[in-house]
Order: sequence, then C-alpha cells, then structure tokens
Amino acid sequence: MEKKVLMKGNEALAEAAMRSGCRHFFGYPITPQTELAAYMAKQMPKRGGTFLQAESEVAAINMVYGAAGAGARVMTSSSSPGISLKQEGISYIAGADLPCVIINIVRGGPGLGGIQPAQSDYFQATKGGGHGDYRLLVYAPSSVQEMADLVGVAFDKADTYRMPAMIMGDGMLGQMMEPVSFKEPIAPEDLPQKEWATCGTGMKRKKNIINSLYLTPDELEELNDARLKRYETILKDEVLFEEYQTEDAELIFVAYGTIARIVMSSVNTLREQGIKAGLIRPITLWPFPSEIINQRADSAKMFLTVEMSQGQMVEDVRLAVNGKKPVYFYGRNGGMVPEQEAIVEEAKKYLQK
Amino acid sequence: MNTPKRITIFVGYYGSGKTEIAVNYALALREQGKKVVVIDFDIVNPYFRTKDAEALLTEHGIRLIAPMFANSNLENPGIPPEIYSVFTDKDAYVIFDVGGGEDGAIPLGRYHSYFEKEACDVFFVLNERRMITGDLEGALDAFSEIAAVTRVPITGIINNTHLKEDTTPEVILKGQELAEQLAEEINLPVVYLTGTEENLKKLPKEYEALAFPIHTYINLVF
Repeated sequence: MEKKVLMKGNEALAEAAMRSGCRHFFGYPITPQTELAAYMAKQMPKRGGTFLQAESEVAAINMVYGAAGAGARVMTSSSSPGISLKQEGISYIAGADLPCVIINIVRGGPGLGGIQPAQSDYFQATKGGGHGDYRLLVYAPSSVQEMADLVGVAFDKADTYRMPAMIMGDGMLGQMMEPVSFKEPIAPEDLPQKEWATCGTGMKRKKNIINSLYLTPDELEELNDARLKRYETILKDEVLFEEYQTEDAELIFVAYGTIARIVMSSVNTLREQGIKAGLIRPITLWPFPSEIINQRADSAKMFLTVEMSQGQMVEDVRLAVNGKKPVYFYGRNGGMVPEQEAIVEEAKKYLQK
Repeated sequence: MNTPKRITIFVGYYGSGKTEIAVNYALALREQGKKVVVIDFDIVNPYFRTKDAEALLTEHGIRLIAPMFANSNLENPGIPPEIYSVFTDKDAYVIFDVGGGEDGAIPLGRYHSYFEKEACDVFFVLNERRMITGDLEGALDAFSEIAAVTRVPITGIINNTHLKEDTTPEVILKGQELAEQLAEEINLPVVYLTGTEENLKKLPKEYEALAFPIHTYINLVF
C-alpha cells in the first residue's frame, strides 16, 4: 500500500483501473461521472494508454467491444441515460463472452432525469438491461476506498468468467472525496494471457473469432447453456456482502452503496435507543447475497430495504426471504436521499405494528 | 490573517479545497467587520460549491453571487452578470471561489481589465494528498496550467494539505515541504497553511504566523 491520498470517487475509479492494467478507455462525458473521463484523458497518455472520447455512448461501448475482443483490459463509464444507450453493446459483449468493466454513476431517472444521486438503475444492471439471457457481475461500493478496491476485483473476475462487470455507484459516491490507498500497479504485460483474443495469430495458431451471431438454434442454445453454467459457479463463489450487528437483530435493514452508510448510522441510533437493528449490505448486486438474507430471516422479525429508488432491490430481498418474514420498503427517488432520522422513524413504525 | 487585498481569488486543482477556504476566509473577513461578497465562480462542477453554504453566509450577512440555476436541475455554466457590481462597490471585500483546474480558471480572463486596475490576492490552493498534485512535478503542472489562463498573476500559495478526518500535523508538515518547494520553483510565497485549530496548535511555533484555521462547512449526509 502506498501513501493515503484524497480522491473523489470518480478519480479513484480511474486511477484504480490504470493500476489494474487498463490502458484503454472509451467514453463520453455525462454528469455526475465526468471526472472519471477527465482523469483518464490527462493520465492515460502519460501511462502509454489510449483515452478516446467517442462521438456517443453507443460508439464508446462498441470500441470497448473491439478492445475487449483483442484481449485488452478496457473500461467505459457513464451515468444512467448514457448506460441506457450502451445496452445494445453490452448485450453483444456478453454474447461474445468478452470481459470489460463498465462504470455507472447513477443519477435520477427515468429519461434524462436529473443530476443528483440515485439507485434506480438496479433493475437495469441486475436483470438484463439489454436483450437476451445474460448477466453482468455488478459491484456496489459504498466508499471511495471500496470503489478503488472493487475495480481490480471487477477486472479480475471479468477476465476469469469472460463477461462484462459493472461497478454501480451513485452521484454522491462519484463526487465525494475520501482518503484512499491503492495497491501497487500491475503492468498490462504482466496480466495472464487470453488465449481466445484476436490479437494476431503470428502464423502460429488457428485464428480466433469474436462473434455473437449464431443462426443455428442448437448451437446458440449450447453456448447460452455453457454461459449459464458459469453463472451458476458465480452464484456459488462470488457473492460479496457486509453484515453489521445482525446476529441478534429484530429488524434487519438491507441497503447498498451510499445509503448503506446512512443506514449504518440509523442502526447505531436505534441501538442507542435499545432497539435491536442490523444491516446486511450487498456488495455484489449480482450475484445477490440471497443465502445470508434467507439465513437471517430465521432469527430476525422483519426486514426493511432502503433505497434511492421506488423499490427495486426489495424484490430480490423478498425472493431471498421467501415469505419467512415481512419485507418492508422505504425509499426516496429522483435525486432525493433518505435521511438518517427518517429511516429511524420508518423502522420504528414497523416495529410497533 | 495577513492584510487582505480587496479582491481575493482562490484557484487550484479540482478538490484542492478552494471552497472550504473561501467560505472560511469570507467568515474571517466578516468577523473583522468588513462588508463581504462571495462569488461562486465554479462553472465546471455542479457539486460541493459555495452555493451549498448559502444559508451560513447569508446568516453572517455575507452576500453570495452564484450562477442563477446553481443547485437546481437546470444547472448551466452561466456566469451571473451581477458579478460586475463588485468592481463598482469598492467598499466590499470580494472573494472569487473559482472552479477546478485550468478549465475552472479560464472564465476569470474576462475580468482581467478590472483585475489590472487594483491589486488582487490570487492564491493557488495546494493539497499534497491529492494524487495529481502529490509531488513537485504534478504541483508545477497544475500551477502552470492554471497560471496560463487566469490573465491575472497568481500571488501566493496556500498549503491546504489534509486527509479529511485522517489529517495529522505530520500530514500538514509534509504538505508544507511540497508547498515550499513549489514556492521556490515559481518564486512566490507560501501565504497560509491551513488545518483544524486542533492540528494547527500542534505545529512548531515557526508556522504560527502562517496558520489559517478551517472549519468544515460543506458536509455530507452521513
């Protein structure tokens, strides 16, 4: 670990990507993630990499497709409306079994929405977004340090499973500054070779093909099912979450990202008042930490999901709890952020029922 | 505080701490009984800006001039025409809280004919713990890029080295080393060194004259 520095979430994501051996970034500016692209624009050339501001988000994601096919560690970033534009490309990348990292610094929607923080892209990130049967690895950091750490994880896992990974933050995480330390950088040439990449045969091997078009249905089904097998491994091995005071909790909050930090303060407030509250914070949104939630449903009396949306992750919490206990929801949306006191009041309301 | 000029301009790399310093500086001037105007001159980034401290400033009788739609969803990078009023009202002390980097500093250029008419304090805010300005090369780059567009000469350096709540006197002093190296390189003085009152008290005596205490006013929700 090097000396601690003060960084904005957006800058930390960019710095961590370059330290993970990413030398290709294609993007298009949009608030509230623009600092990421701006940082890349200044730093990539200094580190022998490529920064390219494409003519649109659609172009940028297809450049990612190309670079990923050639075996490069590659990243793009945007915010909600821009991520919507990228969906076709993301589906193609998933269909061609290519690794890449996509950053979504979520803002209020739908449509152009607003520029304040939100979590209303949960469905889009975890349930598809684009067409076809496919998944993204979705990571939801809740601090600048975790943003920096998860970039490396996202690149590694994307490579391991040959699939796109997404880091989902929100406007607040992207913009806020916190002390962070980085791991030692890895040079791109020190990364494991990708045997499938289209980076030139050197006349020594058979050519590789990157493709997502399969007109014979049995061939397409076979490929899709092979991918499903990988997804099953991921569901088993790659779940990340954090638990806070859940052991004896009567009410367990489920919250991710920025909100999880506010909820953590609410848990402390409730505990000070003698109310046994706890928190499960999913760090991976897909694969979702269903098992631990189901397990805790045996001891807890109820769950309260808090989101900066009208209620999206709450559906996965309900599936995980599977009817064992009631699952309630509290949220603000459109760029509004639930306040600590309001969360405490909401919890008390259900506990008194 | 040193004897302040009527116009003070804070420039610096993104996130170097210009806004926190501007707000604290305004309050310090106000405490001396001066008439104070703060200009939210950030047209680059719509977050963490002087407009966020509007209630505090107003409460202290400080006038804030901010882009018309700041902190609304209609955010647009427009410079409010009201700014011209500060060049005629010579009784007021004026603080320009400029946006980050050279992009943030460019719009200062349009006022150069006014800045030429009176001496201004133009302070380059430096945080040694910001990755890009963490060494002499990076700090020099950031300084030169900004100095090239302001059209008003930078007159001093503020060492605002901190790590938020992880700041120690050692962190501040390490930053002071870099600020002094930069000062020597560009032939300008280090005019202030900032920190919480608690941290500043722990610094060696020789820094007492430079010390400018900072309270954090622009806070997060948790």
